Amino acid sequence: MRLLSKLGLAATAWLLALGAASADTTVKWLHIEVNPAQVKIWEEVARAYEASHPGVKIEMQFLENEAYKAKLPTILQSKDRPNIIYSWAGGVLKAQVEAGVLDDITDQIKGYSDTITPAALAAFARDGRNYGLPIALSQVGFVYNKELMAKANVDPAAIKTWDDLLAAVKALKAAGVTPIVVGGADKWPLHFYWTHLAVRIGGKPAFDAALRGENGGFAGETFQKSGELFKQLVDLQPFQNGFLGFKNPQAVGYFGDGKAAMTLAISSVYNLQRALAADKVGLSEDKIGWFDFPVVAGGKGAPTDTLGGITGWLVTKGSPKEAVDFLKYFISKDVQTRLASGNFIVPVVKGAEAGLNNAFMKRIADNLSKSNYHQNFYDQSLGPSVGRVVNDVSAEIAGGSMNPQDAAKAIEAAWKQGN
Amino acid sequence: MARRIASSPSLDLVEAAPAPVVVRGPAWDGRYTVLILFLPPALLLFTVFVVVPIGEAAWYSAFSWNGFGKPTNWIGLDNYRFVLETRAFWLALRNNGLIIAVSLLVQLPLALTLALMLAERFRGAVALRMLFFMPYILAEIATGLIFSFVYDGDYGLVASIWRFFGAEAPHLLASTDTAMLAILIVIVWKYFGFHMMLFIAALQGLDKNLVEAARIDGATRGQVLRHVVIPLLYPTIRLSVFFAIIGSLQLFDLVMPLTRGGPADSSNTLVSFLYNNGISRMRVGYGSAVGVILFTICVTFAFTYKRWFMRDE
Repeated sequence: MRLLSKLGLAATAWLLALGAASADTTVKWLHIEVNPAQVKIWEEVARAYEASHPGVKIEMQFLENEAYKAKLPTILQSKDRPNIIYSWAGGVLKAQVEAGVLDDITDQIKGYSDTITPAALAAFARDGRNYGLPIALSQVGFVYNKELMAKANVDPAAIKTWDDLLAAVKALKAAGVTPIVVGGADKWPLHFYWTHLAVRIGGKPAFDAALRGENGGFAGETFQKSGELFKQLVDLQPFQNGFLGFKNPQAVGYFGDGKAAMTLAISSVYNLQRALAADKVGLSEDKIGWFDFPVVAGGKGAPTDTLGGITGWLVTKGSPKEAVDFLKYFISKDVQTRLASGNFIVPVVKGAEAGLNNAFMKRIADNLSKSNYHQNFYDQSLGPSVGRVVNDVSAEIAGGSMNPQDAAKAIEAAWKQGN
Repeated sequence: MARRIASSPSLDLVEAAPAPVVVRGPAWDGRYTVLILFLPPALLLFTVFVVVPIGEAAWYSAFSWNGFGKPTNWIGLDNYRFVLETRAFWLALRNNGLIIAVSLLVQLPLALTLALMLAERFRGAVALRMLFFMPYILAEIATGLIFSFVYDGDYGLVASIWRFFGAEAPHLLASTDTAMLAILIVIVWKYFGFHMMLFIAALQGLDKNLVEAARIDGATRGQVLRHVVIPLLYPTIRLSVFFAIIGSLQLFDLVMPLTRGGPADSSNTLVSFLYNNGISRMRVGYGSAVGVILFTICVTFAFTYKRWFMRDE
């Protein structure tokens, strides 16, 4: 009997302890960042937040990009869902808001939200309500290897038009240099070509008209022409051997290894190539450069128009208020300046761009501030279903298995079919 | 054979059922106890994890639904029409057909030949058996990753061999012409050992007297094989074919690390097609329709096969 009461006492004590432990709040934070140097800073920020906010625990979880996209709908509907999730805004965000799986954080960020670049903040709002906060902007353009360009006597600064690019590719090939490396197996690196051409050819009006179904929608002239110009490039065989079998990290590593002259990539590749290069050193700052995506003769888009990402964090339904509080701490001028000074991001908090300390990232920040039309990645803005068709057809044009007209028609058909 | 069954104790109970009254009482009770004790858990598990999901998939397949909230947009059979209109679906179906053909025409004969050689007792037989069985033990994802390195056109083993002969190495996984071929090779490499083991087990269980009798009657080795051994292996061959076909229909985890179904959908199987075009695109209704089609194919095959070829087992 005595033993039994002792056991009972122990059990009660244990339960109480458990109760006390669960009174603490855990904020689960799911990210997809693969650059260890950046993750390290994030972790330090999380630990610093925990230190100044006793009783709150920030738990970081990681999923690889593609796996994350595929699992997200299921994750969001589980009881054990993370509180803070990564987002590229766009059509996926729209679906999430409509399904009611996100928290409306408008009231919680009142006042604070003024510190953020309005355009970036707006990407995570729908109908005037905020569902998340941006963390970084990025631009798509050509990153090049100075030595290899010089070897073929190509002047990157002189590549202004699409025809200039085609000429550069020919010169590089003649010099025995692989002109462009691309992660074709992931498909989305190839969709940058098709999409950015569309931005140059038709500008914002063409995209908006296509969304409304005018001028033949995505099967219209602008989008057929994007495919045709892309095919001009493809016909020169500019990519590394076996490019359709390369996943993006492999391709970025290939560039970091100095095996190809250019890559059309998100500006963050500037940093990422070092982490993914075979020697983990990659190309140093003075060996790489950037030029904007070339303009197209007769194109309606402005040369300052940009294609890129607006990435940020969303707060899921039923999260503790500490989740938003942590985000405000994480996306503060201090932390953003710190990330900017490591040249990891183009910041979204006003004034934090002062932290950028190299010419490359400053140039991207400058481009983005001058841009009147920043097109979010098509595969995000058009939603997961149509977006992936854009990726599919871009890869098919690159592989020579589909002509530009059919590609444009396939996108329009998917757009009409809806989800 | 019949005598052995009759002497097995568990079956005695069942066979005793129609016997005189004295025996019947306890035997009936025994059967009911077993039924009541063992059937509900199995039935419950089967219902929860098999019947309900299948029913749900069939239900979802009638909606246009992105997986969030509850499905509300009823579109009837449109998803099935969309699936049948997708070129990649037919490519996937063709690839499944190819896998089955290779399993039956290359893998099984190879497995049978090796089994006939290794079923004998000789020095090193066991070691060789283990060696051939190893690929089967390896996890599919790991196999896929290993072979994606082997096939790599820049650093891979295949590339080195090619270069040794002075040719420029192809990127097997990056071409629509060769990606599926490369996967088929991995499939044969990975699964022949399993079928070989099935055959070895069957061969070792064969009645040696029959072979000896045939030899005494003057049959050559070839004749013994052709008229005695292989006919006696028919039940195992039928089982092996069954496994090979069902396995081919379900193939997914080898494809993903190797090619993700690409380039241009040339190496998708039905399941990787379902994943790439249904789940990754948040088209749950569409994916469910593919699932239902795949399920129908599997069930039709399983029942037909059982009925026609495995009646006696």
